[in-house]
Amino acid sequence: MAEVRDIEIRDAAGTAAAAAQNAGLADDLQDMSGEKMVLNMGPSHPSTHGVLRIVLELDGETITKAMPDVGYLHRGDEKIAENMTYTQFIPYTDRLDYLAPLANNVAYALAVEKLLGIDKELPLRCQYIRTICVELARISSHLLGIGCFAMDVGAMTVFLHTFTEREKIYNLCEALTGARFTTTYTRIGGVSRDTPPGWCAAVEKFLDEVLVNIDETETLLTRNRIWVDRTRDVGVISKEDAIDYGLTGPNLRASGVEFDLRKDQPYLIYNELKFEIPIGSVGDCYDRYLVRMEEMRQSVKLIRQCLAKIPGGFDNASREPVNVSDGKIVLPSKGKVMTSMEELIHHFINVTQGINAPPGEVYFGHENPKGELGFYINSKGGGTPNRLKIRAPSFVNLSILPHLLPGHMMSDTVAILGSFDFVMGECDR
Amino acid sequence: MTALELAEKLKAQFGDLIAGPAEFRGEIALRVLDSDQIAHVCGFAKIKLGFNYLVDVSSVDNYGDDPRFTVVYHLYGIEHRCYLRLKTDVSEEKCEVPTVTGIWRTADWHEREIYDMMGIRFTDHPDLRRILMWEGYPYFPLRKDFPLAGKSSDMPDIAFSRPAPLEGGPFVTVAGGKDTISREPRVRIPETDSVELNNRIERRDDVRKAHGESFGPGPKEHKS
Repeated sequence: MAEVRDIEIRDAAGTAAAAAQNAGLADDLQDMSGEKMVLNMGPSHPSTHGVLRIVLELDGETITKAMPDVGYLHRGDEKIAENMTYTQFIPYTDRLDYLAPLANNVAYALAVEKLLGIDKELPLRCQYIRTICVELARISSHLLGIGCFAMDVGAMTVFLHTFTEREKIYNLCEALTGARFTTTYTRIGGVSRDTPPGWCAAVEKFLDEVLVNIDETETLLTRNRIWVDRTRDVGVISKEDAIDYGLTGPNLRASGVEFDLRKDQPYLIYNELKFEIPIGSVGDCYDRYLVRMEEMRQSVKLIRQCLAKIPGGFDNASREPVNVSDGKIVLPSKGKVMTSMEELIHHFINVTQGINAPPGEVYFGHENPKGELGFYINSKGGGTPNRLKIRAPSFVNLSILPHLLPGHMMSDTVAILGSFDFVMGECDR
Repeated sequence: MTALELAEKLKAQFGDLIAGPAEFRGEIALRVLDSDQIAHVCGFAKIKLGFNYLVDVSSVDNYGDDPRFTVVYHLYGIEHRCYLRLKTDVSEEKCEVPTVTGIWRTADWHEREIYDMMGIRFTDHPDLRRILMWEGYPYFPLRKDFPLAGKSSDMPDIAFSRPAPLEGGPFVTVAGGKDTISREPRVRIPETDSVELNNRIERRDDVRKAHGESFGPGPKEHKS
């Protein structure tokens, strides 16, 4: 039987150079280090998940310098927001993190509601529906994130496996909102419509199925030797660095920081629900994967609790409201608009001038699947924001790359990018 | 400890330099009156008051007012779970604020974005380049006097000199040229078939002229 040995391949040129120096061959050292090469990765490269470009400086296969170049998908969302009413901007939020549009919708609606001062008056059923939506979006985003991560490092099966499950979430989105992808589901002060008949039951059925899928994915990866070799101790981020660079979401928690806005700044109904925050111990790519896996299980747990407690039951037999009753904020029902003077005026003002927000400024941070999605709204009063700043988690998460990549092998870049689970729609805005 | 108490501590340290605190919707905001001191205030807030996480840096254009710009910092302490907003004004003539990258490294990209979008420079920033727009772009698009429709500007040079393979092809709209529907009618009208055929042949000839005889889409056809 052949002898099994551990071989160290990291920085092969450096190791060889050190060996040469020991042997008194210092002159050869110059030849060993050689010239550095500049490699352009992206903006269209399979592992850059969109249009991220990284200019890498390589010494052999080791990265010595990395310069990310973002902005290829910049559409000027913040400028656009200053020129339309609060309600009109909701469809644009779909296109931020387009892998979890429902979560963006909820985050934006909550931010505007905070400015209006109605975030505590939202009907309970609306809050439950929104929580279910956010957690479904989290499962969907993590399924994609893990699937693509695995595919990037060579495990194609996982991708097909998780996408099968994600397809079911899209079907649920379609039943709920009418759109599979660009959901535009929330309205300021509520949601566009109540859950359709049978939807909650379909979600419950889906939860049973997704748990099986998560377990199967786990058997494909967690103890897979190749997977572990490619991800463990690769891209290690210390606790201090993670906070200093403003990392949020699973990427921060994988470094061992227990920071989750759902627990630390509870919104919606999260303080009434029981769930745990998984954190990593090392902060490498493997931990980031494990944290996402566990977060999906916690999301399933959260949705189950929501379904058990949702006011009005599955099909809202007791006709609980899903919107605030203030006609100055939510569009009145069409029947009333046609018959009643006051509702007609509300409808007209709402559509032409928008919701009259007070002057002031608010920041609302939402725990999105990819991290803290924040909206800073600066209002001078009236129907449009004076300034709307989007604090995108992917943008901030990527800013650690120039610090993190140097010293890694070229092929580790792919694993690190996969483990970061970023999306450029949100990064470039 | 609440955000208000932390704000009072910051005010006690710096005295007249800080105005506020102002409260709106449960959020505490302080205004730093001298923008040159913002880095000192932020350094104190991080080291002594535990604001170890810089959530966001953003900027507001108060067009028509003086000073014109406001830079807004959102601070958070992961241990004490409090937000704090710091604001500082800077005039259009000066347009310069000290960087806080030495305090939180995450400020690097935030400040680059503000420079890119609003044109406020950050002194001692390690790498103040445009981040979302391209290098050499002449405007600052988030300023209020920049129109929503944009302004035309020169694009950087294109890296290749030969026409792209689809240039002049059926799916490419050239500025000032015929629109797609007149180039590729959606309905076939027998009377104009020959006109269309001739147009098509001319179009293909243009492509062949640009790329050489062996290149070009579609079969060889003859004018009618």
